[in-house]
Amino acid sequence: MNIALVEYGAGNLPSVERALTRLGVESRRASTPEALASSDVLILPGVGHFGALMHSLTERSLVNPLRNAVARGVPLLGICLGLQAMFATSDEAPGDAGLSLFPQNVSALPPTGRLPHMGWNQLRRVRPSTMLEGVPDDAYFYFAHSYAALDAGEAGVALCDYSASFVAVLEQGNVFATQFHPEKSGPVGARVLSNFVRRAGGKQ
Amino acid sequence: MSLAHRIIPCLDTDGERVVKGVQFVNLRDAGDPAALAARYNVEGADELVVLDIAASRDHRPTFLETIRRVAAELAIPLTAGGGVATVDEGRAILRAGADKLTVNTAAIRNPELLTVLAAEFGSQAVVLAIDAKRAGDHWEAFVRGGSVATGLDAVAWAHQGVERGAGEILITSMDRDGTRSGFDCALTAAISRAVRVPVIASGGADTPETFLEVFREGRADAALAASIFHDRIQGLGELKRYLGERGVSVRQTG
Repeated sequence: MNIALVEYGAGNLPSVERALTRLGVESRRASTPEALASSDVLILPGVGHFGALMHSLTERSLVNPLRNAVARGVPLLGICLGLQAMFATSDEAPGDAGLSLFPQNVSALPPTGRLPHMGWNQLRRVRPSTMLEGVPDDAYFYFAHSYAALDAGEAGVALCDYSASFVAVLEQGNVFATQFHPEKSGPVGARVLSNFVRRAGGKQ
Repeated sequence: MSLAHRIIPCLDTDGERVVKGVQFVNLRDAGDPAALAARYNVEGADELVVLDIAASRDHRPTFLETIRRVAAELAIPLTAGGGVATVDEGRAILRAGADKLTVNTAAIRNPELLTVLAAEFGSQAVVLAIDAKRAGDHWEAFVRGGSVATGLDAVAWAHQGVERGAGEILITSMDRDGTRSGFDCALTAAISRAVRVPVIASGGADTPETFLEVFREGRADAALAASIFHDRIQGLGELKRYLGERGVSVRQTG
């Protein structure tokens, strides 16, 4: 199985790579349409700005290859900004279109709590989840963001409540994503990554 | 369900080795950063900070290698800094494996640096570190490792720094640093009231009670300490159990 981390300049790519290595999972980096097309599993890491991410994917001509891969059934995992990029639009960059795998908008979290939402928080599970299998209900995950998807319809399987209720884990068919950083979330984060890899068809 | 208060061990380094001193002077060797990082990762640290307190240009490649070695040991977030004055220096530190940067002296000299760093890496990656010392009825910000007074009011500077783009404040009480006499809760609370970003309290950590105080009275979101953890005076698990039993939300591990 050929697992590729989509390389477009995301700061957390090496961390995700290291987390996979710790699980004994081999991955490579994919930065061209051809590399994406020849991958069996894709991971879209992300940290920073929605508009900058989309511009970077567009410059590298990776937007359509990513969408096509998802349409072919290739498992895709989005992490943090990688989750947000799956939506149609974001308050962070009103003029820029996202990957539009989901039609909703990504919203600025209301400033009722301190922002960014930074640190370890718990989840509220609302639907059965592949990625959270074997993870204790009270587990903490590491978040660092000020924007979030407040609604993903049936795809939102776990929420987090901070300033607003937002989608923390998203699963629909072959599309998976977490608003938190599994690669920075200790042993439970490693479990989430290994659940994804197992579901995607590889070894644990 | 609520956001956990973070406990953050800090590795002050000379670029290569962990060092420690009292009130920013009398430094001595306290171990290998990667070995300490590996220990804290297992023991339940919520984040790790690694600082280059020498911050000389000659040592920068050594420090970047230290960040790489530390990051390789961690499955938790890593914050790094010391002498960062440009976007390129910030990028080098993030590329080496840090999730967040601390900026201190250069931001006071050029507050626009915070805006530029936030635009490039996002506010969530920009931590404004402030070294503050009591001066009558307020606190003054110091730079260059606490050696140079700026005349700036630390609370006002924190507020301005956040306006400029900082996504978190790391406030160190120079009066308490290395003294094990408790965090400066008044300073931390003043900063916490002045900004709407998370605040990390530093300087003076001692018993579990001092952490409880800084979370309650100091309104800190996170507390940072060095020698009490390095010297095994305080265990992370034991500290978190103490806080959890007293109603402070913390991430219990193991």
